[in-house]
Amino acid sequence: MTERNMVQALNNAFFIAMERDPTVITYGEDVGVDGGVFRVTDGLQAKFGDQRSFDSPLAEAGIVGSAIGMAVNGLKPVVEMQFSGFIYPAFQQIVSHAARLRNRTRGDITIPLVIRSPYGGGINALEHHSESLEALYVHIPGLKVVIPSSPYDAKGLLIAAIEDPDPVLFLEPKRLYRAVKQEVPDDYYTIPLGQAKVMKEGKDITIIAWGGMVPVAEDAISQVKAECELIDLRTIDPWDKKTIIDSVKKTGKCIIIHEATKTGGFGAEIAATLQEECIFNLDAPVARVTAPDVIVPYFKAEHYYRPNADMLVKKINELLNF
Amino acid sequence: MNIDVPYTSFLDIDGNLKEGAPQLSHDDLKTIYWHMNLGRICNAKILSMQKQGRIGTYASTLGQEGCQAALAHAIKDNDNIWLVPSFRESVATIARGYPMEQLMRYWGGFEIGSNQTREFKVMPVNIPIASQLNHAAGIAISMKFKGEKGAAIGFVGDGGTSEGEFAEAMNFVGEFKAPAVFVCQNNQYAISVPRKKQTAASTIAQKATAFGFEGVQVDGNDVFACYKIIKDAIEKAMNGGGPTFVEAITYRLDNHTTADDWHKYRTEEEVNEWKKKDPIERLKKHMMQIGCWDDQHEQHMLEDAKKKVEEAAKAYEGTPKPKVEEIFDHLYAKLPYHIQEQKDHFVKFWGGQ
Ligand SMILES: Cc1ncc(C[n+]2csc(CCOP(=O)(O)OP(=O)(O)O)c2C)c(N)n1
Repeated sequence: MTERNMVQALNNAFFIAMERDPTVITYGEDVGVDGGVFRVTDGLQAKFGDQRSFDSPLAEAGIVGSAIGMAVNGLKPVVEMQFSGFIYPAFQQIVSHAARLRNRTRGDITIPLVIRSPYGGGINALEHHSESLEALYVHIPGLKVVIPSSPYDAKGLLIAAIEDPDPVLFLEPKRLYRAVKQEVPDDYYTIPLGQAKVMKEGKDITIIAWGGMVPVAEDAISQVKAECELIDLRTIDPWDKKTIIDSVKKTGKCIIIHEATKTGGFGAEIAATLQEECIFNLDAPVARVTAPDVIVPYFKAEHYYRPNADMLVKKINELLNF
Repeated sequence: MNIDVPYTSFLDIDGNLKEGAPQLSHDDLKTIYWHMNLGRICNAKILSMQKQGRIGTYASTLGQEGCQAALAHAIKDNDNIWLVPSFRESVATIARGYPMEQLMRYWGGFEIGSNQTREFKVMPVNIPIASQLNHAAGIAISMKFKGEKGAAIGFVGDGGTSEGEFAEAMNFVGEFKAPAVFVCQNNQYAISVPRKKQTAASTIAQKATAFGFEGVQVDGNDVFACYKIIKDAIEKAMNGGGPTFVEAITYRLDNHTTADDWHKYRTEEEVNEWKKKDPIERLKKHMMQIGCWDDQHEQHMLEDAKKKVEEAAKAYEGTPKPKVEEIFDHLYAKLPYHIQEQKDHFVKFWGGQ
């Protein structure tokens, strides 16, 4: 066990995955010598050489597209998109190729590719550095979407993503990169994709969060008298419906909190599913605490936008008094 | 502004060969000629099936057989070469051994048409223009990393060289000195947009200069020239010399696809001028001149090719209809529960067909 923040835990996951499997390689902008702008890939080049961890040209479509080619020829590339706001040049490769090749070739070709990217807001960043657009990717069949919220989970989920035979988009909440340290085992372990985690049990109300909203939810819960059950979704696609429905059947109330904007956000999918599958267990409408449907404000106004604990406390009280 | 790039052509339109042409035996020529004709006949068959509603929209290769058949011949002795096509490489794909019925299945709307990708090292048809070149780049770079002796050949059209992904892929193979050959089949049009309106660059080949490697032009309707250029480029690539960009100058004699009508954007005269440069006619004249071909050979060959194409078409026609479950079966290694639920629902709805 070693105390690690999320960056260190992810870095440790890389060392373990690359040690175990010589076909795992990683590249992207500034990934090699510099170890990535957030240092997630620090030290990998020194240890594994510049053919397994290296700097690529500044070209997102080229990075994801070439990684697909490498995957076709037997490698397991883990590529970094420097910020999730700069994935878009590679969008075509993700949607039209990475996610589709298994299906198009009836399973003849598979793309065991991980695309990692720092994601989300709350760090007073430049423009294009604060979006939470996970819902875009959930809408792409053939792709998986993972968002960890703790160092321990980040490590286990990244190793699982690397071992997964299909393409995984791995979104790392920047706000949480160095927010907390946690005991993280030094050894290999994985956390299966598609499994939510009940962070705290409670009987009054189910709160669903992921990524940067998990600590916000924890904060809010600590301020209310009600016994809240907090669930960290961890994998957004495929999501752990069972854990959530079981919880809502118990509590009868549910709030989804996400950093992304409201309309078409993943909270809508959860709410729709709950009314399909357990409407008679609900004793209040499924509620959402989300950003408004506006462009992420530049950081002087970002606090208006990003859901906070007060907003969630208010919503919890509203629901309890429903 | 002019950047000089070499242009190679050996065979004139009357079938005369210039000095410096590669040595190709009678058998070599017959093989290349066979593949050009097989490709053309298969192409015609697909077009006619399309007219009858038995195949979907299709991109014809008429007039572009020379470069493709010569390329396949230049790499015939090497198994570890991947072809990474766009959608106008039926001839190269067939000449590489990919079954014609599989190609028909692809264009006929069956995913199983692409399920022998690994076996033949031919990537599936690629529709999003130029994006395939980054896959070719990745295959080539990975070969270098793995110490494999091999290469990847990526195809692109003249229009495709205006795409951002073209530039990214060119830059990647250049930077990694990857064993790649990128072949632009400059067929003079991107749907209706002529080559001249595509770029201010005086040649497409010269674009390689900016990425630090060699770009060359070749007469794409001259199999001798194409054979030599591809053979040299592949040898260079496999011996650590890095990538080459080949602009094969050719012409699409047909419509862009079955959904297009070329009369809207070009003249009969222009098309007729290019018909005179037909790669098949040129090689045939040459083979007759050197005495390795005559009308009887021609007749046998055509009969044989038609027979093979008909057999393929028959196999294609016998393709079982996809079952509803198949639309779910290859999304992931293991189907996530929520899609499994949808699968169960759809299978039930469609009566488990
Ligand atoms: C990214 C993208 N944009 C547009 C299209 C639509 N489209 C299909 S073929 C084509 C023209 C391609 O021209 P060129 O690259 O010269 O190849 P050719 O068809 O002549 O072989 C276009 C615009 C597409 N398939 N992909």
